[in-house]
Amino acid sequence: MSTPWEAVIGLEVHAELATRTKIFCGCPTTFGQPPNSQVCPVCAGMPGALPVLNAEAVRMAALAGMALGGIVADRSRFDRKNYFYPDLPKGYQISQLAMPIVSGGHLDLPLEEGPKRIRLIRIHLEEDAGKLVHRGSSGLAGATHSLVDLNRAGVPLIEIVSAPDLANAEEARLYLQELRLVLLTLGVNDGRLEEGSLRCDANVSVRPAGTLALGTRVEIKNLNSFKFLQKAIESEIQRQIRRIEAGEPIVQETRLWQEDKGTTVSMRSKEDAADYRYFPDPDLPDVVLDDAWRAAVSKGLPELPAARRERGVAAGLSRSEAHQLAGDPALWHLLETVVGHGTPLRDAARWLLGEGLGCLADAGLDAEAVLDRAGGFARLIELVRAKRLATPSFRKLVRDVLVHGAEPEALAHERGLWLEPDDGSSARIVDEVLRSLPDQVAQWRSGKHQVRGFLVGQVLRALKGKGDPATVGPLVDRWLETPTAD
Amino acid sequence: MPIDPEEVRHVARLARLVLDEDEVTRMSRDLGVILDHMAVLAEVPVDDVEAPVHASPLPTRLRPDIPEPSLDRDALLAGAPRVEDGMFRVPRIL
Ligand SMILES: [Zn+2]
Repeated sequence: MSTPWEAVIGLEVHAELATRTKIFCGCPTTFGQPPNSQVCPVCAGMPGALPVLNAEAVRMAALAGMALGGIVADRSRFDRKNYFYPDLPKGYQISQLAMPIVSGGHLDLPLEEGPKRIRLIRIHLEEDAGKLVHRGSSGLAGATHSLVDLNRAGVPLIEIVSAPDLANAEEARLYLQELRLVLLTLGVNDGRLEEGSLRCDANVSVRPAGTLALGTRVEIKNLNSFKFLQKAIESEIQRQIRRIEAGEPIVQETRLWQEDKGTTVSMRSKEDAADYRYFPDPDLPDVVLDDAWRAAVSKGLPELPAARRERGVAAGLSRSEAHQLAGDPALWHLLETVVGHGTPLRDAARWLLGEGLGCLADAGLDAEAVLDRAGGFARLIELVRAKRLATPSFRKLVRDVLVHGAEPEALAHERGLWLEPDDGSSARIVDEVLRSLPDQVAQWRSGKHQVRGFLVGQVLRALKGKGDPATVGPLVDRWLETPTAD
Repeated sequence: MPIDPEEVRHVARLARLVLDEDEVTRMSRDLGVILDHMAVLAEVPVDDVEAPVHASPLPTRLRPDIPEPSLDRDALLAGAPRVEDGMFRVPRIL
């Protein structure tokens, strides 16, 4: 029998902060602009240009640190990380080595069986590099030459480093998904992996199950989708196990996930590992933060996804409904706004998921775009709850209310959808209709209960659209179950 | 005292400098002189002196997150040896 192996995985996530300007200069950070149109002497690394730290980048990094339970340092420091690469105009990246802005913290994975806590080691601030466009080939290998676009150079990043607490590729994917959601909810990152504003590297090693010593770790870069992250880690774990079982050593190295090959390939090994010669950046004095500043920042902490899901479940939503709502901060904001108009959370959530989302999708709208229609949506729900409108009428009106901003009361009036206050006429019509269908009633009495739907439908038809299945159903049941009705 | 020529080659490699053997010999001697010179400082008694935390004792100044105009692209690229499609053209990297 072969040794059972276990994987030990830690993730390093780079998240671009959603500031308007770069970290050390006033250039805008807008994505997708013409190349080199958002560059100044500071972010182009021209001699004599001096960096001045963006207050908003510091606030966002601290906010992320607080949300993730870390300690925001009284004093943190920027260092120069020295290396040469064409996308790095200064010849060094301004980063934080010994004194990061945030230390410690944790992220709880929302596993089915309960949360699993993943420890964080640190969060530090740094600047992004520029972008390279390779020519003469689709990738770096085989390119005849490359072009440099510095629009991204100097965009603020936080690097979030986890402890090696992840046990498999599935947990790694969940970690990245949950971290992305926390950052999105905080509004500090736009969560767009495909645009590279959220990037992930993984450190992977394996060891005999149940042992404590860590195996040689391999860093995998370029994991720019949830699918690639999971596949790359799965493939790397298998590669390491195969090597160890064949008696071959694991080399400490950096590997690149290659989707077309379905495997990781070696990028550089430890022998020529970079020697970054870090030292404190003399152009940037220490960042000093006090309790008053931290208290002001912490006021901006929204309710986090885990708390939202918990509150949703406590209000009677299923786990998957709560996950769906908390998984989209814009949708949750719409939900909260509807609730703010007096609708109970459970009803607002059910109608949003059941009817609202479909309307938005058909109209190609984001939840954020219809926030000012939340009041109408809430009144529409209330009309159904108060039995002034039938459930099918909700479906007839919801699109006009949510997408076009119509007033639900005026619309219900215009279309003649008001339910008459029940003066006993519904019961009378139930009686009439059921008496006219003795065969089906007999079927029901002989145990064919599926005929009930047909009977209810016939009554609704007789009520000409003004009947509510929620009212008619029980009336039909009562009629059928009362033996004296014969 | 001259420093190890291997050390010189390592530092040269990091700085992307090509040194011939004569230059390596000269640099190991010159860098050795500089280090000897700095070693004099190590003689100064500093036991009762608090280590400075940074070149500047003051906290950093923070800038509001307000966009400012960037450079005109032609001005930015004017000093570049080669330009293509509005970008800096650099030799193949691998
Ligand atoms: Zn700039």
